[in-house]
Amino acid sequence: MDPHYQHLYNILANSQGYIFPNEIDLQWGILIVVYPFITGLVAGAFILASLERVFNVKILKSTYQLALLTALSFLLVATMPLISHLSKPQRAYEIMITPHSSSAMAIFGFIYLWYLMVVLLLEIWFDYRHSMVVWASEKKGVMKFIYTILTLGVKDISPRTLRWDKKLGYIITVVGIPSAFLLHGYVGFIFGSIKANPWWSTPLMPIIFLFSAMVSGIAMVMLIYMVINHFRKKSIEVTVLDTIGRFLFFVLILDFTLEGLDQIHRIYVADESFEIMKLLVQGKLYLTLFVSQGLVGTIIPLITLAFLQFYKHQIRLRKTMYFIVSMLVLIGVYSMRWNVVIGGQLFSKSFSGFTSFKVGLIGIDGTLMAAFWLLLPFGILSFLLWLLPPWKMVEEIE
Amino acid sequence: MGNERIKSSRRKFIKSAVTIAGATVGYNWLKSSQFLLFGAEPEDKSLPWYGIVFDIQKCIGCGNCAKACKKENDVPIEPFFFRNWVEQYTVRNDGSVDIVSPNGGIDGFEQRVPDDEIFKSFFVPKMCNHCAKSPCEQVCPVGATFLSPEGIVLIDEKYCIGCRYCVQACPYGCRFIHPVKKVANKCTLCYHRLKKNLTPVCFEICPTGARMFGNLRDKNSELVKFLKEHTTQVLRPNLNTGAKLYYNALSSEVR
Repeated sequence: MDPHYQHLYNILANSQGYIFPNEIDLQWGILIVVYPFITGLVAGAFILASLERVFNVKILKSTYQLALLTALSFLLVATMPLISHLSKPQRAYEIMITPHSSSAMAIFGFIYLWYLMVVLLLEIWFDYRHSMVVWASEKKGVMKFIYTILTLGVKDISPRTLRWDKKLGYIITVVGIPSAFLLHGYVGFIFGSIKANPWWSTPLMPIIFLFSAMVSGIAMVMLIYMVINHFRKKSIEVTVLDTIGRFLFFVLILDFTLEGLDQIHRIYVADESFEIMKLLVQGKLYLTLFVSQGLVGTIIPLITLAFLQFYKHQIRLRKTMYFIVSMLVLIGVYSMRWNVVIGGQLFSKSFSGFTSFKVGLIGIDGTLMAAFWLLLPFGILSFLLWLLPPWKMVEEIE
Repeated sequence: MGNERIKSSRRKFIKSAVTIAGATVGYNWLKSSQFLLFGAEPEDKSLPWYGIVFDIQKCIGCGNCAKACKKENDVPIEPFFFRNWVEQYTVRNDGSVDIVSPNGGIDGFEQRVPDDEIFKSFFVPKMCNHCAKSPCEQVCPVGATFLSPEGIVLIDEKYCIGCRYCVQACPYGCRFIHPVKKVANKCTLCYHRLKKNLTPVCFEICPTGARMFGNLRDKNSELVKFLKEHTTQVLRPNLNTGAKLYYNALSSEVR
């Protein structure tokens, strides 16, 4: 028998209650879990970078370029899980050339391109132009050629032009913040606007996605900052961690409040889908929702971060705690994506039963593929950090 | 003089631009606020606007409709792909509800609940509701799903990218991804037969006349007469999908 059918027969045997016959197979698998996770990291990392620039948080200067390059690395991969999950990926371009105006999904390509071309690439270019011009003049051979191309031929580094670079970079950051909000709030809207699915259909969805995105992006930059400084044998500044940690703390509180509000609203309103949702969270989502997302990803980090606001001794211990917190928060946000995407498809729209889901190891929609898309951005980031090392940038002339 | 001329033409331009914009917005607002009995009115008034009625009191759960549909429309025989299927509802004396649809009802049904525990039992045939405000059509990112001029929701198989957003958006579970064609698939109301003035196959084969279809715009049609004389209901009316599949004698347990 066809292995796909065999797989479906197994799921059918494990389904509970009544599900519509077409609902046995889950339409969106682990790749669609990875997609909002990656997009969230982009938006979150960018917002952290913007904080430094717009609100002039001097202490975060050392993570500014790092956050931007992290955002770029993840953004470059963001569409890949989406395209590879399509059953006709060769037609993916149709979404750009003949977008259907009423479809929430159709606009993604445009928001993505706007964010990539207008916000991130431009901002990084303005930020690095001065350094790239200097590097182009210092290096030899291929590297000289590459940096020259990257400057796009704009080699003027007079103080007046550099001031303009700075000013334009600032304007892009200001435009970039709402764009980052748009990028990820929009991903939430893709789910939140599906009225057929009560687990997704809530106007809070975009804003929940946005705040969880900020949480994950901030945690990721904190983690990368620690790992990179460790490998470069540079000291990890605990004051930098404290500042990022404080942002993380506040955003996590907001995120927790919003998600709590969503759940309380569901419980109190208790509409026609309440019984099936209750069974869902108490059964199939118990581990990923209460343990992984709630306890590990939210409660423990919140308590630890609150503790770190007061506890200012033993720098080594604090660094370890920040390291662990950032890992836990990332696990929590990944679980949240899982709970939304997979959780929303486990119950039948007849509200009378459940299908089951088992993620495979290999294949387009398997764990290995998802891991590949999750790890690829780190490869890209390593390359970008080699090409555009923030620590070798030309000092600004004040 | 020249300056004056430019200024007045500019003013004229702004005036007409504002008028056109206002008229467009106004027209669209009025258009969307019309009260519509059948979800929406067809653009082309000369064509029929199809609606469907299922009479639950007449359905015997033979499953011929589901079987014939698979044959007519080349739907894979595996029990995971259905353009139409039949559900058996059994309400027990204690109020709990058993719903089953083994192989979509194609092989018939067997009552598993002992007779003395049954409060009531009935069959519910299901298929695409051909919604006038169809959520699946709304979400398709490339417009591969569209509403035909006769109000039938169709898919352009050569255009579908297989993103599965439409499957998620359908509240009735009527869509699936065709395992061979790898694109979204659903009931077409046998469009190929309609174009030859033939009845869709599931209506043709129903032995009890539990399924009816017809032109909602023809006030003398059997369908409209039936709607007039019976209290019918659509599924999930709260979702405002403009469903054009009406059920007679629909019980509140059915979703």
